[in-house]
Amino acid sequence: MIRNYLKVALKVLARRKFFTFISLFGISVTMLVLLVATAIFDHSLAPQAPETRSERTLGIYRLTMRGPENTQSSDPGYGFLDRYARPLAKLPGVEKVSLLSSAQPAVSYVGGKKIESQLRHTDGEFWQIMEFELLEGGPFTVEDERDARFVAVINETTRRRFFDGQPAAGRTIEVDGQRFRVVGVVRDVPMLRFSSSADVWVPISTSKSASYKEQWMGGFEGLILARDRADLPAIKAELQSLLREAEHHLPDPKRYKTLTAGADTLFEGLVHKVGLGDSDKLRPAAVKAVLFLLMLLFMLLPTLNLVNINLSRILDRASEIGVRKAFGASSRTLVGQFVVENLVLTLLGAMTGLLLAIPVLAALNASGVLAYARLGLNLRVFLYGLAMAIFFGVLSGVYPAWRMSKLHPVQALRGRSV
Amino acid sequence: MIHLDQVSKMYRTDRIETTALDNINLAVEKGEFVSIMGPSGCGKSTLLNLMGLLDEPSAGKVELDGISINGQGDRALARVRNERIGFIFQQFHLVSDLSVLDNVEIPLLYRKMSNKERRKAALAALDRVGLSSRTRHFPTQLSGGQQQRVAIARAIVGRPSILLADEPTGNLDSQMGDEIMDILEGLNAEGATVVMVTHDPRLAERTHRTVRLFDGRQVQ
Repeated sequence: MIRNYLKVALKVLARRKFFTFISLFGISVTMLVLLVATAIFDHSLAPQAPETRSERTLGIYRLTMRGPENTQSSDPGYGFLDRYARPLAKLPGVEKVSLLSSAQPAVSYVGGKKIESQLRHTDGEFWQIMEFELLEGGPFTVEDERDARFVAVINETTRRRFFDGQPAAGRTIEVDGQRFRVVGVVRDVPMLRFSSSADVWVPISTSKSASYKEQWMGGFEGLILARDRADLPAIKAELQSLLREAEHHLPDPKRYKTLTAGADTLFEGLVHKVGLGDSDKLRPAAVKAVLFLLMLLFMLLPTLNLVNINLSRILDRASEIGVRKAFGASSRTLVGQFVVENLVLTLLGAMTGLLLAIPVLAALNASGVLAYARLGLNLRVFLYGLAMAIFFGVLSGVYPAWRMSKLHPVQALRGRSV
Repeated sequence: MIHLDQVSKMYRTDRIETTALDNINLAVEKGEFVSIMGPSGCGKSTLLNLMGLLDEPSAGKVELDGISINGQGDRALARVRNERIGFIFQQFHLVSDLSVLDNVEIPLLYRKMSNKERRKAALAALDRVGLSSRTRHFPTQLSGGQQQRVAIARAIVGRPSILLADEPTGNLDSQMGDEIMDILEGLNAEGATVVMVTHDPRLAERTHRTVRLFDGRQVQ
């Protein structure tokens, strides 16, 4: 039966080439944009080196202090995290806790040439939570950080810029006026991975000033690696309990009375980072719903176009509908047939969109707009694309199919649509 | 086999009501070959559509093998049409995008059977109408007579007990018309009940009896 449907579907598409082209063009461009967006999301959020354990990792990305007249909100400071996030390591469900700074621009001069890098300060545990792809040497350790050793891990782009791609382990690099001994070289991490990416990673304790140790607000984030995903709710709850305690020790108790922070998943963290979640009221679930709604709106135009074309084809196919009904097709069977036909069209469009996405993603990677991005079409993105195409196909096919199936057989055999 | 009891069919629009059939009482028994005649617009096709469960009467009862089909749902009617009735139309109504073989297979798509069985039955039906050499052709590549033979193959492929033919020779010349009539007679001889709408008295004479309609009423 399906084979018969497919034959008819392809013939119908070939019959009205111009409309088919318009439909396919609309679907392919829609799918192309959605696939590129999906690839960027996937590249930002899916577990991949070095954030291979992201599914059981929580981050403290945002801290808000509120008082009767004042509100201050930013990424947390080392002082706060050291006092109230580090103790989470004692929980049975927690494997590691790491504190790390945001990546900051840093300037170096090599042979009179200015080089701008992204510098990140981390502790030793950071290298135990993350799984970087090492090209040379190894990461720095908890002891390196504790003893404030001037050691650094650099990425392959930094090795190329500073050492012409020659082996860098054991050599010295000067970044932001400080000299570090390179202990390891890792593969470039896309800047989209906001908790791990940088050009140069150095111990927190090598910071130029020690003032960061007391600060509650700004410049840092905390990562908590759970032993199992099932432990995440307990960790979140424990952080809230620590926050209640922290409220008794606020740095400026006259101005601020309450403290808000969350142990967030990577997606929730991204929501906060891009500023969509600054208010406590705007939850990531709502952001997901908005994203889904945007996707639907984006699909609406080609969907309406396809619905319209399908409706205009009812008259073309009246005789066939009449015949099928006369020979035993129920309305439900016909709905199935027309939805399958529409799915064939949308899957063809999706396939074209998929093929177009390959050069577009390659161009995006080469452009450097998203530093170190290696956007691509992996199986996950492909499956998302397939799901979107099926959703799109059903969405645009059901109504015209229902209309077609409701044709009265006698009217249909006379070639009338009503 | 087919019983129509005081059947009427009215078509209503906002302003007018047209009576297409008025109080028809008709019984077609198993194995009969019945022709329906009358001037254009007298309700012949409407009567055939009611017998074929393609339309519902405005009043009266339609029974098929003793079972009333009044008020049956879409799926139940579709099943009866699929299993018991084969249609042959004046315009052939072949699906132009499908090959001859695929066209003939259409009624079997709505039955639970394997592709192999379906193909075998379709080939046998085409053989029965003398078109086994044209299975891969498309309808537009065939003459009118050949197209109608494909339509007959499609009508008989599911071995229905009733064949309803709406002016099956209306679009054909007399020689091709005779060929089609020969096939219908042959099928009737093999046990099929045939009801045929026709304008041609010569063809009507070849059937067991003729029902005549005039202005929606049965006159004979």
